[in-house]
Formats: sequence, structure tokens, C-alpha cells
Amino acid sequence: MTATHADYRLSQLDQLEAESIHIFREAAAEFEKPVLMFSGGKDSIVMLRLAEKAFFPAKIPFPVLQIDNGLDFPEVAETRDRWVSRLGVRLVIASIDDAIARGIVVDDGKTSRNRLQTPTLLNAIEENGFTAAFGGGRRDEEKARAKERVYSHRDEFGQWDPKMQRPELWSLYNGRLHEGEHMRVFPISNWTELDIWDYIGHEGIEIPDVYFAHQRRVFERDGMLLTETPLNPLREGEVVTERTVRYRTCGDMTLTGCVESTASTIEQIIEEVAAARVTERGATRGDDRFSEAAMEDRKKEGYF
Amino acid sequence: MAMDLLRFATAGSVDDGKSTLIGRLLFDSKSIFTDQLESVEKTSQDKGHGYVDLSLLTDGLRSEREQGITIDVAYRYFATPNRKFIIADTPGHVQYTRNMVTGASTADLGLVLVDARHGLTEQSRRHAVLLSLLRVPHLVLCINKMDLVDYSEEVYKKISAEFTAFATKLNIPDLEVIPISALQGDNVVTRSTSMDWYSGPTLIHHLEHVHVASDRDLVDVRLPVQYVIRPKSDDHHDYRGYAGQVAGGVLKPGDEVMVLPSGMTSRIAGIDLFDQEIPEAFPPMSVTVRLEDDVDVSRGDMISRVKNAPEPSQDIDAMICWMTNAPLRPRQKLAIKHTSNSARALVKDIQYRLDVNSLHRDLETKELGLNEIGRVQLRTTKPLLCDPYSKNRTTGSFILIDEATGVTVGAGMIND
Repeated sequence: MTATHADYRLSQLDQLEAESIHIFREAAAEFEKPVLMFSGGKDSIVMLRLAEKAFFPAKIPFPVLQIDNGLDFPEVAETRDRWVSRLGVRLVIASIDDAIARGIVVDDGKTSRNRLQTPTLLNAIEENGFTAAFGGGRRDEEKARAKERVYSHRDEFGQWDPKMQRPELWSLYNGRLHEGEHMRVFPISNWTELDIWDYIGHEGIEIPDVYFAHQRRVFERDGMLLTETPLNPLREGEVVTERTVRYRTCGDMTLTGCVESTASTIEQIIEEVAAARVTERGATRGDDRFSEAAMEDRKKEGYF
Repeated sequence: MAMDLLRFATAGSVDDGKSTLIGRLLFDSKSIFTDQLESVEKTSQDKGHGYVDLSLLTDGLRSEREQGITIDVAYRYFATPNRKFIIADTPGHVQYTRNMVTGASTADLGLVLVDARHGLTEQSRRHAVLLSLLRVPHLVLCINKMDLVDYSEEVYKKISAEFTAFATKLNIPDLEVIPISALQGDNVVTRSTSMDWYSGPTLIHHLEHVHVASDRDLVDVRLPVQYVIRPKSDDHHDYRGYAGQVAGGVLKPGDEVMVLPSGMTSRIAGIDLFDQEIPEAFPPMSVTVRLEDDVDVSRGDMISRVKNAPEPSQDIDAMICWMTNAPLRPRQKLAIKHTSNSARALVKDIQYRLDVNSLHRDLETKELGLNEIGRVQLRTTKPLLCDPYSKNRTTGSFILIDEATGVTVGAGMIND
């Protein structure tokens, strides 16, 4: 933010920030028990930064919830812990393994971990009595997301009904809930992938190292480069090679692909993103590839 | 100069080529990614189209793709080197008024599309009326499918004159009429070689250059308080800040201010944006204001100037767009949300229903049905800090909520 504005204009990034902060403050004021869903990825780090700014110099007035699928990058957990300890927020971890052990979630061996995140998340929301969950979803990510409200109502089963969404006008958000229902709140709905990177560069904030170019042992599956890990056994014919790569999104290690890249600074990443011709999810997210409506279906069930 | 932002709403039906136009804007500005394009190409082939159906880019939900219609407001993003654009894409068919009002509520500019072969229709007039009612300051009429009328200047002139005449009855401060072919790409991003007679801007040039910063109110100070920040920590033991997004005017440290509804006055001690003290705040900044005196301020209050404050009132006269099946009737009780303030409202009277096609006022009406707009008198349980919507789109607007279902059922714009 520059010191004076002779022409009283705000850059688009400042406008996006102001809108997001407004949403954080609205939801924190109106919901009894909000929580911020945190994956450790770049979008949720930007979310934490915006929440920090919204309530400064007070601490963020709600906890942070992470769904641990047991398949996250170790670098992501390290970055998360540094953020959480610097901000002094409470971290709630809901683990899929724990949910399976307690019989809340059934692992039939066929369902991906990504699918199991949904019941684990819904259970964590219910058990903790959270009435609102901030998510880092962006409308530019995917076609189904493009139609989702900033305040996205979920019924008592956690379901999203795209045809019954509440109209959302001006910056007036409707936070009315019935017992057992909750709201998903998306403060960065109007940001694009490039905005996120511009903001990270502008703010100089820490993100996990996996976003920057590094040497990694990878193999190819379904046209994606996946990392070598004991959690993801090689299939016949798959060969591991060492390449210079980086991640555009940070999800499940066994499903999230990396891209070959030498971008090792934020500036280089911004250049790369600006020139990219494939969406971040299309390029690197196995979980979105199952069908054209993969995201729509998962969202209806209560996915992030 | 850093990149700025333009929010615009598009209105028109599938038949007018609206989805194709948006697809064209995204495609020609290189905002479409190859995986998205491949998916559209594949679907176009599956459907047996002989061309790449760009409208498929914007039809998001499966039921929409199956039925070939757009159900809901969808938001799209693209950028050119100087400006980022947020498109609120509103459908032409189902729930038309409700969606259009929603999309237009945040728009700086409205884009109305007509088919050059058919000229102005009842629907295009209705689009213009709604954009005017929502006080969208800039309007662009795109006369589409010029390729199907041999790029005729006469067709352009006729529709343009007819629309301009109609627009004089409305509140449209800025109007531009552009002949295009979304399918062929004429005058969307690249200048048409088939319409030498047209010397105006291409659509993208106009969108990039239309001046929106001056649309904001920089005179009347309005800061609806959203949240009171009291850290009570050792470092900030006595800190007490009033957080909100500036809805109007310019605030500076030292300014004398009045807090409503109490009417208490004080001076601004400082304005904080995160860890920095800033010299001034203006719309749409989200800031935290500290006052010199220990006055009682809470969420729902408004910080304004002593001699320029909104009117606290329990009697609200507004235009209301009704958005649900069960009609709005006198004596009905609803929840109302206005800025950061919530109250209950009683419908005292429905004065008239506005026919958005003819602008005729139906004084005989006893109720407002779904997608109808009318002038309504409300009585609220506590005073709201109101401005006319024509003066301030933030402090002049409200939503109505059904107390039983929790659903947003109405959108209101306060009259002068």
C-alpha cells in the first residue's frame, strides 16, 4: 500500500484484499464458531495472511482446521507449523486414518483418499460444532466453483445444492443457519491463480518449498509426473528419473503432479503462471480428472 | 500504474450469442487454457457441431450442459495488461430478473446484447431498465451477429437510435453502442475489417479504458463498523479499533466524526491498515479506525461526518426485487440486513408494481411475485442508517431474509 493516493484509486490486488478482509470480518462477527480450513497450500496461506490482517493487532479469532490425509508433503506440514506458531492460532487436526480407525469413514480400498477427506471434514465440523468454515476455493479454478457463492450454505448433511443457492447481492452476505447446518465461506472467490502469486510476491510471505523448482525423483502416470514415495508403489512399466520440477498445487502426494520447471523465485513463478496454457487443476490434479463433473459431484457431497 | 479492476455484468440470452461473446473475450485475450479448450472441442465434436462452441466454456454445471441453458450467475475472470475483469454472467431464461439484479448489484458496467437481425426486443429493454435501476453507471449495447446482416451500417444506426431514445427515460450516465460478431470475432478484441464505417472502439478497448474510479463517492464519509478490534494483549493493552470497509468519502486522522446512531462525536486518532498507520482511507479500503475519545461503538454503527451523516430511520421507502415463489404481501415480517446492521422489518404497504418492460406503474397491485419489482414501505424494529441508493450503492441497499427458511428473498434499493 502506497502512502498517498492522489487519484484515490486502488490497484486490483488492493481491492481484492479489501474485499477478502471485509468477508473475514463479516463472518467472524456473525458466526458463533468459525474455523479456517487450512491445507498448507498457497491459497490457504494467503487466507491466513488475510485473516491476520483483518484482525490485527488482535489474534485471529478462530482456529485453523487441517484434514490430514496421511499423504501430504512433509514440507507443507513444516510451513504450516511455522505459520501457526507465529500467529498463535489453535490448530485442529482431523486425520483420515483416525476417522477410519474410529469407524467414521470406511476405507474399502477402492475409494481415493481424496474422497475420504469429505466425510472426515464433515465429521470434524460436526464434532467441533463449527458453524462456518473458511475455504480457499477460487472461482477461476473450475466450472462448478464459478457458480458458488461467497457464503455457501450446507445442509445438515453438509451437502451443497447448486440449484438452491441463495442470491448474493452487493457485499451483503446472508449467514442464517438452522441447527446442524453450516456455512462455507470463500473470501478469495474472486482471486485468480496469478493474483495469488502476485500477492505472495508482494507480501513476501513464506510458502512451502515444493512450489519452487527443485530436484525430485519422479515417475510418469496418466500423463502426470508424480513423486517417488513409499506411499505410492510403482506400477509395472513405471520408471523413476530425477528431474527439475515444481508443484503448482499442493494436495495428496500420490495424486498431485509436478511440472518440469526451473522457476526458483516468486518472480519466475509469476512469469511461468502468466504464460501457462493449462489450468493448475487440469495439469496437476488427478482428483479432478475422473469426469467432466468431478468437482461438481464432490462439492455436492460437501468437499472443500 | 498498477493494474485496476472492472466488474461488469452481461445480459442477454443464449440466442443472442452471449456465451459465445464471453468465450470470445476469454479466447482472444488468451485467458482460455488449452485443457479447457480441448474439453470444449471434444464436447463440440460429440454434439456434432461443425465449429468450436465457445459457449460451452461458460456453462458450468452438468444440468446446464445437459439442458443447454445457464441456470445461475457465473463469475469469469480475465485480464489484459492494464486491467483485470470480473464478469458476472447472468442467464437469459430461468429466474431472469433475480439473477440479473444479483449480477448487476456489484457491476461497474453492464453489457446488453442484441441480435442484429431482430433488433431491440422486450428483453433488451428489460435489461437496460434493470441496469438503470441497479445504478450501474456504464452501459454497453453490443449489436451482435453483424455478419448475418451483411455488416450493414443502416441496421446498426437504426438499433442504435432506437436504444438511445429509450435510454433517455432511464438513469444511464454513459452509453456506448458497438457493432460486433462474437462468432467471427469482429470488433470484440480485434477491429473488424468488414465495418469500415464504424470508427468507435472495439469492445475490449472500451472495457479497458472506461473510467470507473470517479464513480465512487469521495465526499460523503461512511464507514459501517463491522467488527471492534480489542486485542487486550500486553503489547496492545488499550488498543480499540473500529474495523470496516469504507463505503464513501475520505477519512483522515484528525477529522471530526460522528458515530451513529448514538450521535456521539470524536476525532480520528489514527487509521490502521494491518501494521501500518495510513494517512487516509477511501472506498473500497478495509481499514481499522481509532478514535480520540472513549465512545461506545459497536457492530452495526456508522462512522460519518458531523454535518454529513446518513438519516437514521425506521421507515424505509424502497424499490424491492422479489426473489422467491411465495409473494411479498403487506403485514409480512422479514429479517433485513443493511450494511453491517441486522433488524426485523414489517411490510407496511406495497405502493406499486413496476412493469420493467413498459415502465408502467401498476397501482392496483396487492403483492409482489417472483421476479417482480415494486415500490414498498417498510417499518423496521430499529433505525437503519440509510442513504438513497442513487447516492451510495452500499449504504443505500439491503437484503430481505425469510425468517423461517433463512433464504434471501428480496433485494432493496432505498429511494431518494
